[in-house]
Amino acid sequence: MNQSSKSSYSRIAESARFRLLMSQKKRFIMPMSLFFLVFYFVLPIMTSYSAVLNQSAFGPITWAWVFAFAQFIMTWILCSLYTRKARAFDAIAEQIKAEAGAAKEVQR
Amino acid sequence: MNTAFLLFLVIVAGTLVITYYAAKKTKTASEFYTAGGGLTGWQNGLAIAGDYMSAASFLGIAGMVALFGFDGFFYSIGFLVAYLVVLYWIAEPLRNLGKYTMADMIAARFDNKKVRGVAALNSITISIFYMIAQLVGAGALIKLLLGLDYTTSVLIVGLLMTVYVVFGGMTATSWVQIIKCVLLMAGTFIISLIVFAKFDFNIVTMFEKMQTATPLKDTFLHPGNKFGSGLDTLSLNMALVLGTAGLPHILIRFFTVKDAPTARQSVVVATWVIGLFYVMTIFLGFGAAAFVGHDAIVNANAAGNMAAPLLAKALGGDFLFAFVSAVAFATILAVVAGLVLSAASAFAHDFYSHIVRKGAATEKEQVIAAKLASVGVAIISIILALFAQKLNVAFLVALAFSVAASANLPVLMLTVFWRRFNTSGAVTGMLSGLICSLLIVAISPNIWDPIPGNAILVGTPLIELTNPGIISIPVGFLGAVLGTLFSSRRDAAKYDEILVRANTGMQ
Repeated sequence: MNQSSKSSYSRIAESARFRLLMSQKKRFIMPMSLFFLVFYFVLPIMTSYSAVLNQSAFGPITWAWVFAFAQFIMTWILCSLYTRKARAFDAIAEQIKAEAGAAKEVQR
Repeated sequence: MNTAFLLFLVIVAGTLVITYYAAKKTKTASEFYTAGGGLTGWQNGLAIAGDYMSAASFLGIAGMVALFGFDGFFYSIGFLVAYLVVLYWIAEPLRNLGKYTMADMIAARFDNKKVRGVAALNSITISIFYMIAQLVGAGALIKLLLGLDYTTSVLIVGLLMTVYVVFGGMTATSWVQIIKCVLLMAGTFIISLIVFAKFDFNIVTMFEKMQTATPLKDTFLHPGNKFGSGLDTLSLNMALVLGTAGLPHILIRFFTVKDAPTARQSVVVATWVIGLFYVMTIFLGFGAAAFVGHDAIVNANAAGNMAAPLLAKALGGDFLFAFVSAVAFATILAVVAGLVLSAASAFAHDFYSHIVRKGAATEKEQVIAAKLASVGVAIISIILALFAQKLNVAFLVALAFSVAASANLPVLMLTVFWRRFNTSGAVTGMLSGLICSLLIVAISPNIWDPIPGNAILVGTPLIELTNPGIISIPVGFLGAVLGTLFSSRRDAAKYDEILVRANTGMQ
C-alpha cells in the first residue's frame, strides 16, 4: 500500500457519498441490533425471574412457547429486512467505487 | 445393525469420491483454504448450516428437549438468533477485509505479529476444544450404534477428517458439509412429520399430550427444569447469541465466496435452513419423550444423546434407525473436517506463513505447510480425545462459544467500528477474554463436583456459573477498551482505509 493510495482512502472516507453510506447503515443497523438483542434477552430474563410466561396462550401452549416461536419469526423477518436494505447499501458502494476508479484515472 | 453398517460405508465411500475429485482442484493455497473463493451463496449457505449443526445440536438438543422440555429449546433459539449478529455486524466486513483466516481481518488493521499470533492462538484453542467435544461424542455414539469400541471409533473419524482436509482442502470439506446438511434436514423432516402425524397434525394436541407424557408432567412445558439460576441462564444465552460470530470454523466459510453480497446471501440461506432445523428439534424432543419414554432415553445415555436415534427406531424400525445413525455420523464428519481446517489454517497461514516466514513463503510451501498442519491438528485432537473418553466434556462446546464471544467478537467488532482502537487494545482484549473464560471454567461446576464421577475433579466449585459468558464477555470488551486507552497509539489514516474497505469491498 503506497502513500497515495492511503490518502485516497481518507479522501473517500471524507466524501459526501461515503458519509451517506455510513449514516444510512448506522441508522438501520443500530436500532435493529438493539431491537433483536432486547427481544432475545427478554425471554430468558422473563422465564428466569417471573412466571408470567407460564400462563396459557392457546390451551396447553403457554406464552413462553409463543415468545420462543416469535424469536424464529423475528430472526427470519430481520434477515429479509436486512437483505432488502443492503441492496441500497450495495448501490451506494458501487457508486463510491466507480468514483474512486474515475479519480484514479484522472491522477494518472 | 447391518443396514446401519452398510449406510455408514455408503457415506464413507461417497465422501471419499468427493475428496478424490476435490483433490484435483486443490493445488494452490487459495484453493486449499477457500475452495478458490468460487462457491455460490446457496452452496455456502448450506455448507455453513452443515458446518454449524453439530452432533451436539442434533443429538444433544433433541435429548435435552426430551428430558427437560422448554429449557432444552433455549439452545435452539440462541444458536439461531446468533445469525443476526453474524449478518448485521460481521459477515460483510470479514469478507471484505480477510483472506484465509479470522486473524486476517484483525491484521488488516493492525499489521503486527503479536495481534496475529494471539488471534491465531484463540482460533486454535476454540477449534480444538470444539473438536475434542465432537470426537468424544463421536466415539461414544459409534460405539452405541455399531458396537465398535471407543478407540477404533475415534480413530476412524479422525482418519476420515484428516483425509478430507489434507487431500481435498476446503472444496472437499464444503461438499461434505453440503451433503450432510441435506441428509440431516431430510432425516429430521421425516421424523418430525411422523411425530406430527402421531399427534394428528395438531400443535395443541401435541402440547396437550406432552403435559402427561413425561415424569415432569405439566412442568415439562415450563422453563426452569434444567437451568435453576437466572444468572446461569443469562450467561448461557449471552454466549450462544454472541459466540457464533466469533467461531473460527464458521468465519472461514465466508472466504469461500467471491464478495460481500454473496457472503450476505449465504448467511440468509444458512439462517433459513438452520431455523427450520431448530424448529424441528421440538418434534424430535417431544417425540422422543412421548414415544421412547424418559426412562429408555436415560438408560441408553444419561445426557439424552440417544433420544433422536431411539425415536427413529420407535417410529420407523431398524431402517429409520440406521438412516438416522448414518446422518449423525455424517454430521460428525462434516463438523470435525471444518474444525481441522480452521485450526490448521491458523497454524499454517497465521503462524507459519506470516509470523515465521514473514509472507515470503512460496505457494507450494504454503500448501505443504497447510497439509502438515492439518495432520498435526488431527493427531493432537485424536490423542486428546482418546484421553478424554471417561471425562464429561459436553461443556467444551459451550466453553468454545464463550471464548469465541469473549475473546474474538469484541476485537472483530472494534476493529471495524472504533476509530481509536489500537494494537495494544486488540492484544489485551483477546487475551483477557480468553484467560477470563478459561479461569472461570477452571473453578466452575464443570470441572469440580463434590460427588466423584460427576465432573473431572472432586471438590466444591468456587463459582456457581456453568457458563462464563456473563463475566468473560464484558471482561473481553473492557480489556479491549482499557488496553486501547492506556496506549497512546492511534492511526486515523489506517482506520479510514479499513472503514472504506470494509464497507465497499474496495481493495
